[in-house]
Amino acid sequence: MLNSIIFYVFASVAILSAALMVTRRNAMHSAVFLITTLLATAGIFLQLRAEFLFIAQVILYVGGIMVLFIFVIMLVSLDTAVHQMQFARRKWVVLFIALALGFEVGFALWSTRGMPGHGLPVQMAAPADKLPPNSEALAGTLFHSYLLPFEIASVLLLVAMVGAVVMAKKRT
Amino acid sequence: MMPAGHYLFLSLALFLIGVIGVVSRRNVIVVLMSIELILNAVNINLVAFSRLFGDVSGQVFALFIIADAAAEAAVGLGIIIAFFRNRETVLADEMDLLKW
Repeated sequence: MLNSIIFYVFASVAILSAALMVTRRNAMHSAVFLITTLLATAGIFLQLRAEFLFIAQVILYVGGIMVLFIFVIMLVSLDTAVHQMQFARRKWVVLFIALALGFEVGFALWSTRGMPGHGLPVQMAAPADKLPPNSEALAGTLFHSYLLPFEIASVLLLVAMVGAVVMAKKRT
Repeated sequence: MMPAGHYLFLSLALFLIGVIGVVSRRNVIVVLMSIELILNAVNINLVAFSRLFGDVSGQVFALFIIADAAAEAAVGLGIIIAFFRNRETVLADEMDLLKW
């Protein structure tokens, strides 16, 4: 009962502030609403007993990436951008793409409604008090089965770091 | 845990809002933020199924997606800064240097 109340509160906050993020004119307001969405998603991770991802989401997304975004928004001139037109003149294309995608995925969900886990309450999911400690299980899987992808991800981050520095450097 | 369909529909709604943002906004920074929203919607799916099947591989994958999002944001914002320095604009439809 409490579980579902928590889920619905976080889900409605996430969807509402995501919609506000897309529709606000001011990029800074969009950033703040995106932070709200990310925090609500972090709450849903916690409700799903993914404690490590909850922490990673708060520290990495909200503390790292969004600070970077806000930094750049403040760096490029905000005042002139607000008064320009913010939406492209192709409302019908946007509406069509959104409706088509929504119909497609919704139909996929609807047509698989008999499969375990969708719609039906799940018997498979372990009760919350039977789960292994989350960080421990995650670390075991990450460093045993996914060691090579982990190393590749570190190379990717190194490349992205060098790339970002080169991109943002002033040409002399 | 809630029925998995609830998580799927939450993820679908966030994904669609992100797609609308990517297609309809002119400000490139907001487009990048919408892409972050899309990646985040995918993460909800992965974590929900990871909980459903009792297998933490989904959470490992979500962790990789977060790392990818960080890399993408860093490079994308670097490009935006470089472009703003050259052309004094952040609007997507004025970025036509490669257009013939």
